[in-house]
Amino acid sequence: MSAGPAPRAADRASGRPDSEPVIELRDVVKSFGTQRVLDGLSLQVPRGQCLAIMGASGSGKSVILRHVIGLLRADSGIVSVEGRDIAKLKRRELSELRKRMGFLFQEGALINWLSVGENVALPLRENTSMKDAEIRERVQAKLELVRIPDAWNKMPSQISGGMKKRVGLARALITDPEIVLYDEPNAGLDPEISQSINELLRELHERLHVTALLVEHRVRCIRTVADEVLFLEKGRALIQLPPREFFASDNPRLVQFLGTDPD
Amino acid sequence: MNFARPITATAEGLGYQLELLGSVIVRLYAVPARARLIADQIYQSALRTVHVVLVVGLFIGMIVALQTGIELARIGQQDQIGTIVALSMAREMGPFITATILAATAGSSMAAELGTMSVSDELAALEVLSVDRVKLLVLPRVVALAIAAPLLTIVCDTIGIIGGGFVAQSQLNVSYQLYIDSAVEALRDPAHILPLPKDVYGGLFKSVVFGVIIALIGCAAGLRAQGGALGVGNATRSAVRDAIIAIIITNYFITWALYQQ
Repeated sequence: MSAGPAPRAADRASGRPDSEPVIELRDVVKSFGTQRVLDGLSLQVPRGQCLAIMGASGSGKSVILRHVIGLLRADSGIVSVEGRDIAKLKRRELSELRKRMGFLFQEGALINWLSVGENVALPLRENTSMKDAEIRERVQAKLELVRIPDAWNKMPSQISGGMKKRVGLARALITDPEIVLYDEPNAGLDPEISQSINELLRELHERLHVTALLVEHRVRCIRTVADEVLFLEKGRALIQLPPREFFASDNPRLVQFLGTDPD
Repeated sequence: MNFARPITATAEGLGYQLELLGSVIVRLYAVPARARLIADQIYQSALRTVHVVLVVGLFIGMIVALQTGIELARIGQQDQIGTIVALSMAREMGPFITATILAATAGSSMAAELGTMSVSDELAALEVLSVDRVKLLVLPRVVALAIAAPLLTIVCDTIGIIGGGFVAQSQLNVSYQLYIDSAVEALRDPAHILPLPKDVYGGLFKSVVFGVIIALIGCAAGLRAQGGALGVGNATRSAVRDAIIAIIITNYFITWALYQQ
């Protein structure tokens, strides 16, 4: 069982981290009606690093991911990926940028009328001119990577929550993205499956050297996968530290929050 | 109470539906590549609805025959029942009844399917994966209903005319042969240039337009659904309601364009 923080992904990757941030939020403000969810949030994720975001339910963690992928627009402030302001991208440019990104939704968000294999194959079938045999080979390789090699013909309604997460992960990784966004990969899973997903994420991080933004509550997941942890409080970054220092912090709010952690 | 809000919401909805129509038109080149999805949708919308069309069409034809036949019998013109039933089925009743059935079945189903996809993040997933959801979800449904609606209208017209014949023979003492002869004569092009008259083509043209309207409104309602099961329910209800209103209004204008003197 992992107790200490994971080594930095970029160090694992063979070199020092690139100093230029791949993902950057600067003074981002977002409100839904009268509720201000993000209130001048700033953060940076350097290349090859995995930044985990912790915070109370409803604190806007998933909203951050949706801004980075361009599903939501900030009321003010800048959200940039690879130095490009998401809000200024044209539809086609945003689509091209998204092809280099992967997104693991909380519930998997699998298309319910497509089989597992066709769900994973979807981006390749829709966006590339690859032949069927090549697509099948790549999809099978990803299904093996997430350890569900025999799941191709199963329908989403026939598989468990943990398996849906794995399929969602395989689909997020099918285009070999450079940036991956994980929205609570452990949500709704039992501890055993959670740990297998965490180890899978760490393995992927080590093997593929992706830049990642991870929204998660579970301490064990963050200890296993993240290089840095940011605590979100009232729409702002309260504290950002490597996992070992983060979980040893005596910040009163953090101590209060972590004191209720089920892990 | 803000009285402008329903007007603004209606205008927004209409604008979205028109935008969706434009998006479908510019993607028509992708129809051959979507043949399988279109065939699936035709099966879902047409073949699984055909029994409803048969029952409703049969009884509509019988009602038209009975209502008009009683009045015609008073003036000794009951041998004209075949003409009246055939023309009213081909011009109005067939396309309208079929469209209403499709709005209640296929239109509501489209709104519910896409609405569920919307509230369960499946549409967001498609966007994130850079998958064109109009090409994947809307185009096959619109094309399928544009094909299915006229086919079902032919079924409805035919069964309605047959049903009218039963009533003519059994209750109005008009021989079945006389009824069918007058119905066939009414559905012949007077100039003998086209295989069928304007009444039939006009009805089928209407049904193509109705099919497109039902699919567009159903898809638009589903794509804009928000707020869990309640949102899906609202989308489904508004899809059926708006489609029926749109069909009636469009029906008037097409009829006016086809038959104005």
